[in-house]
Parts: sequence; C-alpha cells; structure tokens
Amino acid sequence: MTKNTITLIAASLACALTLPLAAATPEQDKESFQAYFKSRFPNVPQDDFKNGAYAIDPIGRENWEAIEEFPPYENAISSGETMWDTPFANGKTYKDCFPDGPAIAGKYPYWDRERGMVMTLPLAINDCREANEEKPLGYKKGPLADLEAYITYQSRGQITNVEIPSDDPRALEAYEKGKHFYFARRGQLNFSCAHCHLGNSGSTLRTEILSPAYGHTTHFPVYRSKWGEMGTLHRRFAGCNEQVRAKAFKPQGEEYRDLEFFLTYMNNGLELNGPGARK
Amino acid sequence: MLVPSNVALRSPRQGLMALSLALSTLVTGTAWADLPPDLVLDGDAQAGKVVANDRSKGNCVACHVMAGSESPGAIGPVLIAMQTRFPSKKVLAEQIWDATVKNPEAVMPPFGKNEILSNKDFVDVVEFVWSL
Repeated sequence: MTKNTITLIAASLACALTLPLAAATPEQDKESFQAYFKSRFPNVPQDDFKNGAYAIDPIGRENWEAIEEFPPYENAISSGETMWDTPFANGKTYKDCFPDGPAIAGKYPYWDRERGMVMTLPLAINDCREANEEKPLGYKKGPLADLEAYITYQSRGQITNVEIPSDDPRALEAYEKGKHFYFARRGQLNFSCAHCHLGNSGSTLRTEILSPAYGHTTHFPVYRSKWGEMGTLHRRFAGCNEQVRAKAFKPQGEEYRDLEFFLTYMNNGLELNGPGARK
Repeated sequence: MLVPSNVALRSPRQGLMALSLALSTLVTGTAWADLPPDLVLDGDAQAGKVVANDRSKGNCVACHVMAGSESPGAIGPVLIAMQTRFPSKKVLAEQIWDATVKNPEAVMPPFGKNEILSNKDFVDVVEFVWSL
C-alpha cells in the first residue's frame, strides 16, 4: 500500500468521525475486513492468508518451509495424542466428552447460549477434565497446548465458520466487545491490535514484517521459535498486550474469549492449518 | 442493477472506516498531559542518538529510517531534513511528546505524555532528531 493510500485512509477516518455511527453487522464487518486485506495484498491468493506473514514475505517463507520439513510441533502432537488416548482415573477418556473427536477444532469458538458466553476449545478441554475429577490444565502452554495441537492437527482442512446467532443478543454483544478490544488503544505505547495488524500490516518494525490479521486464527496452537515451545492463541494475545506495555488479561477470561470470537469470525472461510510454526 | 444499493456502495475503505469507529470513541474525553511549557529544549544530541536506537527507550529506528541507524522499520516517515519540515524545535518536541494531538489516529507512541522517556531522555532525543 502506498503512502498516499494510507493518507487517504487517515483522511477518510477523520471524516468518518463526524458522521453518525452507522451500525455495521458482523457480516458487513467481515466483508470489509477481508476485502481490505485482499486489496492491500492483491497478489496473495485468498487461501494463502492462512500462512500469516509468510504469505507476504518470500524470504521468511523459505525459512519457514524448511522448518516445516521437520515440524517443531510434532512432539506436541504426539504428546497430545497420548493424552487423548489415556483414560482418566475414572476410566473415561476425552472421547466421552467429545464423541465427534478428535477432529473438532472447527467447532470452536462458538456461542454457548446455555452459559451465555463464548466457548473455546481450551475451555472445553478443562471442562471435560473437571467433569472427570481431573485437575484443570494451564491455558497458555504445556499439556493443554499439546492436546490442542493433536486435536488441531486432526482438524486440518476444516474451514473457519464461526456463527453469531441472531436470536441471542448476548452473542452479538460478545462480538462487539471483541471488536472494541481489537480497535482500542492500550498500554504505555498506545497501540491497538489494528494499528499494527490491520493498518500497518505488511510494513516493518525494524526488520520484522507485521503479519496481516486475516489469517491470525487459523494455525494455533503454535510452536514459536521465540518461545522455544508451544503456546496457545491466548498466550499470544497476552504477549502482544505486554509488548505494548499493557497488563495482559487472564487467558480464557472474558476479554480474550470475546476477542477470539471477533477475530475468528473475521477469518471465516479460511482453512484451519494448525498447529503452526512461527518465528 | 440488481445489486442492493447498500451492498453496491460499500467499498473496502468505507467498511474499514466503519470498523474503526470503535477506536475513535476511545480517544475522546481524556485529559492529555501537554508538553510542560517550562521544559528547556537544550538536550545532548549524542546522548539522544543512543536513546533513539535503544529498543527499550526511544526505539525510533523501529519505525523510522534515520542516518546512522541500521535495519530501520518502514512505518513512519524518514527522519531527514527535520529543520525544514518543522517550524521550530518546540513543534517537533510537541510531535514526539504526543503525536495524537495533531492526528488522533497517529500510531506513534506518545513518548512524553505516557512517560515512555524521562524528561532528560526526551530533550536529548528531540535534540538528536532536530539535528537530522
């Protein structure tokens, strides 16, 4: 994107502030969001956005493809598989909680109308454990990320398809909260998620290319070289918040679940390709 | 045309504007701390250069090309000929103190207002950037 276009967007944003707030539906938001990235990166085929920064960075992509030959997340997948197959102390297994499993990642996140909240895969995993008198697992890394890696691997090829039920206003409210979070400035550095991954996606911070938000949710959990281990989406959210010098929220708390709901909805239509490997 | 008008009229950019409205509601109604009028802008440019390249302090090079700094980012404008682009050192200082005053959508962190830099580091950076 040229500097002129950025200026134009800035100018149109300034104009927009004076207009009455036209309510956009999630569907309209999603169309705008995806159309924006398609016009910002016209040479990226739509189904390549799931590869994150590697869709727009040919040199990074070469390194990444080399890494993918011996995927660093393989141990996590096999530990996760062992967890899936190993009965709890009461003799039951995860399969009893997830009869359609293990390939169930595409069902999450979803709006749980009984509980009136966004349900995520890690939360469902811990619910299952607690229902079977097992201790809940930490939400950022470790065994939970391993099990999620196995489930996600089994779910590869499913298509992101988050639904926001129109007959439950609380679902729309959760979506709106997630959207608000995404565009809100925070931290000492005063950045919103959108500042870097929407408005400046594809640009560089020192030599790091800012990945487009379109594609952000397809490949978690992720083996991140910087971490030297696996981490969940909410671990990444927390890391981003800390980088802008904000206090991170609790993983699987309402803030991040609503954010996941919004961001995954924006990614509707993209193929799930986790677990992933990232710098 | 069979396309409903509300669909036909939605360009990506218009949509982006709508999507960004949530943001705009958050930057109003807060009292900003302005550049202190008594802050004397007589910093040390050499010390400022160190601050400008320090990842945990100014980190100007993360977004700006500047003479003498390697591997710059590309988000902000090139820092060159600053004395022809800003009418005074004070106006430059105000920009570094809080860039959202001039442009509410500015991405640049408010280095003074949010106390990212100490007053000494701040005046040193202003001196350095003014020298570019």
